Amino acid sequence: MKQSDNKTIRRSDDKTNYEPKIVAFLCNWCSYAGADLAGVSRFQYPPNIRVIRVPCSGRINPLYIIKALQSGVDGVLVSGCHPGDCHYISGNLFARRKFALMKKFLDYLGIEPERVQFSWVSAAEGARFAEIIKKVTNDIKKLGPLTYFRKDFEKTGKVL
Amino acid sequence: MSKHKKQLQTRKRKMKKKPVKKKVGKKIKKKTKNMVSLTIDGNYVTIEKGRTILEAAHELNIEIPTLCYHEALSPYGACRLCVVEIHKNGRKKIQASCLYPVEDGIEVITNTPELQNIRRTMIELIMARAPHSEKVKEIARKLGVKETRFIRRDEDCILCGLCVRMCRERMGKSVVGFKMRGDKRQISPPFDVESPQCIVCGACYSICPTASERLKKISKKIARPLLDEFDQGLRSRSAIRIPFPQAIPNVAVVDKEHCVHFLTDECKICQDLCEAKAINFDQKEEVIDLQVGSVILSCGFEVYDGKKKREYGNGRYENVVTSIEFERILSASGPFQGHIQRLSDKKEPKKIAFIQCVGSRDEENPYCSSVCCMYATKEAVIAKEHSPGLECTIFFMDIRAFGKGFDEYYERAKRNGVRYIRCRPSSIDEVPESKNLIIKYSNDENGKIHAEEHDMVVLSCGLEPLRQMPALAQRLDIKLNEFGFCQTDTFTPVESSRKGIYVCGPCTEPKDIPETVTQSSAAAAKTMELLAEKRNTLVTKKEYPSELDVANQEPRIGAFICHCGINIGGYVDVPQVVEYTKTLPYVIYAEDNLYTCSQDSQRRIIEMVKKHKLNRVVVASCTPRTHELLFRETIREAGLNPYLFEMANIRDQCSWIHMIEPKEATEKAKDLVLMAVAKAQLLTPLKRVEIDVIQKALVIGGGIAGIVSSLSLARQGFEVFLVEKEKELGGNLRHIYYTIEGDDVKIFLKRIIKQVRNNKLIHVFTNAEIESVSGFIGNYKTEILIADGTKAELKHGVVIVATGAQEYQPTEYLYGKEKRVITQKELEGKLSSQPSDISHLSSVVMIQCIGSRDNGHPYCSRRCCSQAIKNSLKLLELNPKAKIYVLYRDIRTYGFKEDFYTKARETGVMFIQYDNEKRPLLQHNNGSLEISVFEPVLQENIEIHPDLIVLSTGIVPGDNIETAKMLKVPLNSDGYFLEAHVKLRPVDFATEGIFVAGLAHSPKFINETVGQAEAAAARAATILANEKYYAEATVSHVNEDICVGCGVCSSLCPYEAIEIITEDGKRISKVNEALCKGCGTCVAACPSGAMDQYGFTKNQIMAMVEAIKE
Repeated sequence: MKQSDNKTIRRSDDKTNYEPKIVAFLCNWCSYAGADLAGVSRFQYPPNIRVIRVPCSGRINPLYIIKALQSGVDGVLVSGCHPGDCHYISGNLFARRKFALMKKFLDYLGIEPERVQFSWVSAAEGARFAEIIKKVTNDIKKLGPLTYFRKDFEKTGKVL
Repeated sequence: MSKHKKQLQTRKRKMKKKPVKKKVGKKIKKKTKNMVSLTIDGNYVTIEKGRTILEAAHELNIEIPTLCYHEALSPYGACRLCVVEIHKNGRKKIQASCLYPVEDGIEVITNTPELQNIRRTMIELIMARAPHSEKVKEIARKLGVKETRFIRRDEDCILCGLCVRMCRERMGKSVVGFKMRGDKRQISPPFDVESPQCIVCGACYSICPTASERLKKISKKIARPLLDEFDQGLRSRSAIRIPFPQAIPNVAVVDKEHCVHFLTDECKICQDLCEAKAINFDQKEEVIDLQVGSVILSCGFEVYDGKKKREYGNGRYENVVTSIEFERILSASGPFQGHIQRLSDKKEPKKIAFIQCVGSRDEENPYCSSVCCMYATKEAVIAKEHSPGLECTIFFMDIRAFGKGFDEYYERAKRNGVRYIRCRPSSIDEVPESKNLIIKYSNDENGKIHAEEHDMVVLSCGLEPLRQMPALAQRLDIKLNEFGFCQTDTFTPVESSRKGIYVCGPCTEPKDIPETVTQSSAAAAKTMELLAEKRNTLVTKKEYPSELDVANQEPRIGAFICHCGINIGGYVDVPQVVEYTKTLPYVIYAEDNLYTCSQDSQRRIIEMVKKHKLNRVVVASCTPRTHELLFRETIREAGLNPYLFEMANIRDQCSWIHMIEPKEATEKAKDLVLMAVAKAQLLTPLKRVEIDVIQKALVIGGGIAGIVSSLSLARQGFEVFLVEKEKELGGNLRHIYYTIEGDDVKIFLKRIIKQVRNNKLIHVFTNAEIESVSGFIGNYKTEILIADGTKAELKHGVVIVATGAQEYQPTEYLYGKEKRVITQKELEGKLSSQPSDISHLSSVVMIQCIGSRDNGHPYCSRRCCSQAIKNSLKLLELNPKAKIYVLYRDIRTYGFKEDFYTKARETGVMFIQYDNEKRPLLQHNNGSLEISVFEPVLQENIEIHPDLIVLSTGIVPGDNIETAKMLKVPLNSDGYFLEAHVKLRPVDFATEGIFVAGLAHSPKFINETVGQAEAAAARAATILANEKYYAEATVSHVNEDICVGCGVCSSLCPYEAIEIITEDGKRISKVNEALCKGCGTCVAACPSGAMDQYGFTKNQIMAMVEAIKE
């Protein structure tokens, strides 16, 4: 059996042919449905994202984002319902507040702002979802891999 | 016949008979007599004899460029782009792969520099013939060709023969063929004469890669595209399609009227290509007999045909669109993906005008369509958001922003730069060169006509009854009103003229979404009242095996990977994913299925769970949004807890979006399965909390809303506690004597109060106040204090808030100081009880919007315009010579009430419009009253000396704060109760088990209040009808050892599900699982990490994240 030795997504520090891995936290009711609609509509976008479905964007603890970056992904996207459309009334508004603060923290940590992006995608916005993924992938590709932040950096010890 | 041709013929026959089979799993891989094996680019493949190398390559997802090849047609070998290198017996040859049949043992190479060179030359030759074809250009681009070196012939036909084959093989016509030879060869109808045989199906044109003009000349008839009905004809569709994205069921249907197969018995391309073999041309219409106790009619409305207004040019001028067309243009899933563009030149407009009341408030449709003012405002606001800098102008007669929150929205639109001009334009003319539109209008005194140029015009088309309504009404034996809508009565707004048939939505009167949703619930309530005895008599309960206890077992995961026909299998190497899955930790079993959701696969999952003692199941297929419930049900049938299931979405979010990158898609699918397995390892059995429901309701407020809700619930068989703070029932209705339609309110009120008193299930408490409410859905305990000092404790399962509202007590216009200034309510009282007091008055002024639409009350009280008109008409009945002036801002007689506005104007009531900035002024002048108001038509102030001034006072909310606090439900900024969703859940609160109806929700008319009260009863009954209530399973929970009781969680919870309690002297938070909806906001916010959420635990999410890095 072929193991993952022929993985096409290369993890290399070479910026030119490097394919980032991006984790996308999508809320179940809007953005995840928007991502489904992108599929149903066959809007093509880069294969770099890995989606984790959560009930609401308010469920995302900023810690998960930091942990994700530490454990080796190169970028994170969080997407929820448009303000006012939250299935849980106000979860996305709390998320918005939290992430506004988090941006500053990321800046403090020296992480490029493009690595962690937030967006609103409704269940009807398949095209928008595809566009956002294209943009996010492109942005992170330009930045190159996030090595210095990783837990296993230099194998000797933890950076953070 | 040459050998080659013979081969072709056999192949063709085979193809027609045998549908294309794709291998799935290992089964078909076994070599049989009719199979041959070969390698393509080093990949080994086994395939049926007689098929071609190209097809074999497709099996392996190897892409070979083609142009003249089409799956549905016989191969032709015209373009030679599909050339491949074939190695056989040590010799190499280059052949077109679309024609070359597979042979045993040959080795095929699809991509070498030599082949690419040949392909480049071929595409250059093709480009020389048809340099403008987008498809040719695209292939050239992929092959790295920019320009052709050959002499350009600038034709638009490349002689690929697709049209010829399509017409002959699939349409059975041979209308188009080849004529002449060599470089004179071209496509043509027989004898070069426009063919009478052509059925203008358009198949040739649709398959043509170069959109050849010649194909338009083969027939005298003109082929027209089929227009997509849902997208208002703004894009074309095929004869088989899914009618619209939200269609239920979401499956394709064949348009029999246009399908070539139904017209000629040919084609059947869709049937051949459908992997699921789902297309059945033999389906017949069936007549089904249903035995029912009640019928609900909710057949909706028809949009007014804008083309009927010739002066506005819809249908003649391309850039004049109807509002519903514009709605599709704005939609992200619409014909232009939400990009606003003109139909004439696809340019983004800079100036859009909306014209209101197209097909409303005129001779043709004398009623108001109620929704157009708001949808035009919404469309203008959204359009401005889409393209900043866009100018939007709305030409209106009155802005009827009467709904809850609508006036605020209208004011915001004005602030955002939407321009409103009060005028009905006379005509629209097109500028022929630019296709711009000139709107002529006049809105000032000297009748000056303005002409303003716009890039685009949107006609706000009204709502009409369905065209087939008269026939339908006849069949159902129900009455229609004068406007052609279903006839209803003020006090029975969802009852048709025939008992047992209920009507709801815009088929009764034009209405917006909240009113429609409300009415639909009301119709359900009426049906439940009628059929209460039969409740649950047709229900069969499903039996499940007892749940296996797997909590302490090591995970044993079974994974089922779906091909979904070719939807996944066509792009993702499913067998490879299965092999990969088998290597993952705790995965005991993995297999692939053609369709994992099919019934036999479901049975197989159950079998495998039992056989391999699986205790967690992962399915990699489509989206959990549609299929998670099905699979949960399946594993429950296998004896597993339904929450021991996880899904990987490898179709909607993988194969379908990476169709051109099969390798990447396969890798991603593996990752997604890996993540699902990582989460599955940590899944625990979950239970939905079961709550006993006290099947009784508390209704707060004994006005009309409370009375109607109580009666409805009691008729449905539930006990009701009706609590009223005053000494008698009736509320505001006691001060209303008649409606504008002429109904006697007093008789109605007497009747329903009697019904309440006579109903044994309704316990009325008057002079009673709510002291406290505790508990939650299904289990409330309420203490009430009755005037005589006694207390009572009520136990109930739900609450309906019907606390009403009050009339605004004016301070304006000397009210209270001058006895000739009264309110409409007082006038109505006088008109009914002492008409002689006012019948002699010769001049009456009514001033609208007192306590409405001002700074203190930024909302419309909805009913005052009609009230003023109602009382004006009554005054004129008493004294036809009286002069009545109504000073208004916008007359908001929406729906059929418009008719009374027209009648009032015809009878001589004078309506004078004023702006909020120029309010009428009242002066005392030697004992007489003088009102001075700016008349916009005359452009000057006029003075009136009335005998009586009537203030049309608005509605203000009652003191709702206490009730809101006790029930833990929110109020909006105006002080009315705030529902769960303004449009879609108009009588629910976010907190389960509590509902709202009547003026407590917002100002409204009697018929609307009755409808809403019935709706609240219907919604309450959804809980009361069951002995148990099942809460969400994926709720939050607290680790009490870590919790410090900081209260962050409880302050965030929108459902009031978290309380901070003191237990053994320690503050901790406590989650009420019955109320928690599982959003997880509290979990993410918990600073100490004490909160977690079942089903989406911190560990599960982190396990998925960690899995990605692999």
